[in-house]
Amino acid sequence: MPDSTVVGLHNEEQHNPALLHHFAEPQQQRDAASLGMWVFLATEVMFFGGLFCAYLIYRLKYFGDFGAASKTLDVRLGATNTAVLICSSLTVVLAVWAAQTARRTLLIVSIGLTMVLGLVFLGIKGVEYNDKFVEHHVPGASFSFEKVPIPGHPNQYADPHHAQLFFSLYFVMTGLHALHMIIGLGIFLWLLIMAWKGRFTPEWHTPVEIGGLYWHFVDIIWIYLFPLLYLIDRHP
Amino acid sequence: MSDHSKSSPLPTYFAVFIALLIGTGLTVYAASLDLGPFNAPVALTIASIKATLVALFFMHVKGASEKLTKLVVIGALFFLLLLLGLTMTDYATRAWS
Repeated sequence: MPDSTVVGLHNEEQHNPALLHHFAEPQQQRDAASLGMWVFLATEVMFFGGLFCAYLIYRLKYFGDFGAASKTLDVRLGATNTAVLICSSLTVVLAVWAAQTARRTLLIVSIGLTMVLGLVFLGIKGVEYNDKFVEHHVPGASFSFEKVPIPGHPNQYADPHHAQLFFSLYFVMTGLHALHMIIGLGIFLWLLIMAWKGRFTPEWHTPVEIGGLYWHFVDIIWIYLFPLLYLIDRHP
Repeated sequence: MSDHSKSSPLPTYFAVFIALLIGTGLTVYAASLDLGPFNAPVALTIASIKATLVALFFMHVKGASEKLTKLVVIGALFFLLLLLGLTMTDYATRAWS
């Protein structure tokens, strides 16, 4: 390694300007960035994991009531949102590939499409939240869940208090997920601006890869949220 | 994030994409069937397969050059299962006493 004390002066050894000096090779630098994001995602797994744990406990404890509450969610909207996020994960990997292969137009289009799909997801979520508001299923003073039969037991009505617990978990879990989506949209807006300015090259496009990892993680969370919230006790 | 200089990763991406959509349809369909106590395990299995596909191929865990990355992924999964599993040893066995 050259023995230079002034930043920017390289005497004998030429290297990719994107390589930071505390890394020996570009691949090591990329691996470090990826590892850093994965460690953060591990913390996010535990963050959502606690909520999933609470949901698991109360789903088993108030089995019928949760089933009755879950049935009021619109499976078509939930499934559509799942497909929307899966499409957005595809556009994300296309964006990374475009950055790797110096395809600037595809990179910008892919990032833009990802953002559009993210906005579609949030729009559908907004419709769902509005439905819950209109039906008085939002926990609080105006919550009402009278005379709703438990799936499989048409003569038994669900306990409104336990149903309210389901909806509390529903709003916190999907709300936290939606917050992550909004943050993801902010990240991708920044990526869009950087891509537009031509800052990404095949040698250095780390923000695209790291932002992509975050987006895929948010998709994975929804992949679990959808069946657990929407699809319990749906069979006739 | 290893080098894919030999062949294009695009066919793999599209194959995984189709598999994810099929998995979603399968989950919705399976929920409409009465599988007794197996509705939840089936749904969670399909969801886990989908999540694994996203992690391995979209997040490039498969073929990652840094082994530590794979260790962190497995570690996160381990601690999540610890959280869920050990918590349920309490709540799921309360009726036993």
